[in-house]
Amino acid sequence: MADLRVNIGALELRNPVLTASGTFGYGLEFEDFVDLSELGGVIVKGTTLQPRQGNAYPRMAETAQGMLNCVGLQNKGVDYFCQHIYPRLTHDTQFVVNVSGSSPEDYAECAARVAGLERIRAIELNISCPNVRDGGMAFGTSPEAAASVVEAVRQAYPKTLIVKLSPNVTDIVSIARAVEAAGADAVSLINTLMGMAIDAERRRRVLSIGTGGLSGPAVKPVALRMVWQVAHAVSIPVIGLGGISTATDAVEFLLAGATAVEVGTANFLDPAISVKIVRGIDEYLTRHGYASVKDIIGICE
Amino acid sequence: MGTQGKQILDLRLTGVERLHERYVLLRAVNPEGALPPMMAGQFAQLRVDGSAGTFLRRPISIHFVDEERQEVWFLVQTVGEGTRALARLSAGDTLNAVLPLGRGFTPAREGERLLLVGGGVGVAPLLQLGKETQRAGAEVTFLLGARSAEDLLQLPLFERYGRVFVTTEDGTAGERGFVTQHSLLSAERFSRIAVCGPKPMMVAVARYAKSSGTPCEVSLENMMACGVGACLCCVEDTTEGHVCVCTEGPVFNIERLKWQI
Repeated sequence: MADLRVNIGALELRNPVLTASGTFGYGLEFEDFVDLSELGGVIVKGTTLQPRQGNAYPRMAETAQGMLNCVGLQNKGVDYFCQHIYPRLTHDTQFVVNVSGSSPEDYAECAARVAGLERIRAIELNISCPNVRDGGMAFGTSPEAAASVVEAVRQAYPKTLIVKLSPNVTDIVSIARAVEAAGADAVSLINTLMGMAIDAERRRRVLSIGTGGLSGPAVKPVALRMVWQVAHAVSIPVIGLGGISTATDAVEFLLAGATAVEVGTANFLDPAISVKIVRGIDEYLTRHGYASVKDIIGICE
Repeated sequence: MGTQGKQILDLRLTGVERLHERYVLLRAVNPEGALPPMMAGQFAQLRVDGSAGTFLRRPISIHFVDEERQEVWFLVQTVGEGTRALARLSAGDTLNAVLPLGRGFTPAREGERLLLVGGGVGVAPLLQLGKETQRAGAEVTFLLGARSAEDLLQLPLFERYGRVFVTTEDGTAGERGFVTQHSLLSAERFSRIAVCGPKPMMVAVARYAKSSGTPCEVSLENMMACGVGACLCCVEDTTEGHVCVCTEGPVFNIERLKWQI
């Protein structure tokens, strides 16, 4: 077996496979299918300072090789997470909290409350949710706004800070550089691509708020290109995601320069896919004679 | 590992029967052994293979469990590309299923009189519910609605477990009209009602249940992606806010819902 360990800042992962926020619950929902200790980590669903009801139904539309969602950060708030969910997250894996907000102060306060949780060694800052008006992606679409949030959170959060980037921008590299300069320990990309679905028979938009975020294999080439660009532009680790459904997909992201990957929508199709991808990466490394997964990060010519 | 008993299984189809132009009955066994315990009202997420236009699994309710043969039945209405692909399967084919999912109907107690109301493909979970209810020592009455006589499915099977009343919109079988117009509802009282069918029908039955003071459960079919409470796409607005139909339901007491009834 190859050495699958990687580091994201000070965060040590058993292997480079994490589950993406909003696609794997708190991990607990998948315990019938997956031994969580076989995963590099679990990025739990988006958490905000105050509870949020999210957007109205319908929130989902199936598309060609993908799906749109407009959930809108439904969650019970950070205090509920700390009191009721965190005590149940005792598994031997890295739980990362995905933090979202509507102002730099919000983000910082939410991060500060998570900072007090001993077993949570990293947060993923969501400045890229396309489905909420008050914040989310608004912070991820300009280098200045992104930097302002990251600076505020950096003050409040001493552990590993991962910033999740939006693909809905003209130049993702400039955003990545801005958050690196503002103190991020790593970036993860891509969040969903903003899209739309229309029901031709009824002549109306399918999703309750009109638009949603596209995920699934359909977005993989876009994600791969952006990971490549960002990995060549920053010196902090990059976590790649976007349509990863197989171990080969994951290897492609590693070759493009990602230090780790996140598996998202694929969890909906096969609830056990994340551990299969871990095993598949190991098989790939063995088959090609690599002793460590670190040997293939960014080696694509 | 898991404690909730959900499994991903490669089931093997033992029978594929076209009941009607728009309905197919899939019967399947687990070649690896017994099926996990399943309750009426729970559902499975079926993978759709060989259909380029289908990305997600399809949530299909448990129609019936034949314990002796360890066979699970799914009644599939062909409404789109995914369900049409399921209908193209043949006996011997593999059917990948995640099951059992969700919370089913409240089990009946001895001596209760249950009215099970179904419309269209919504009759599917009521067959298993009728069996479990009869087994619990409760009295089962089915009230099944359809457009036309040919749309009434599996009637002889329902008759095994209780009295069966039907309505058709064109009057070709039973009483003409909708289930809520059936004379049974003014003639008899029931201790509980369970409903599955198109939403307007469920709302109408819920309204009747509320006005007659009869506890009532309905089975929702909101569009879902994951089926296990992760994606938060299938939410229903309830007295406790948005909850996942796939894990909190699909069966809900009407008191929890914010329907205008």
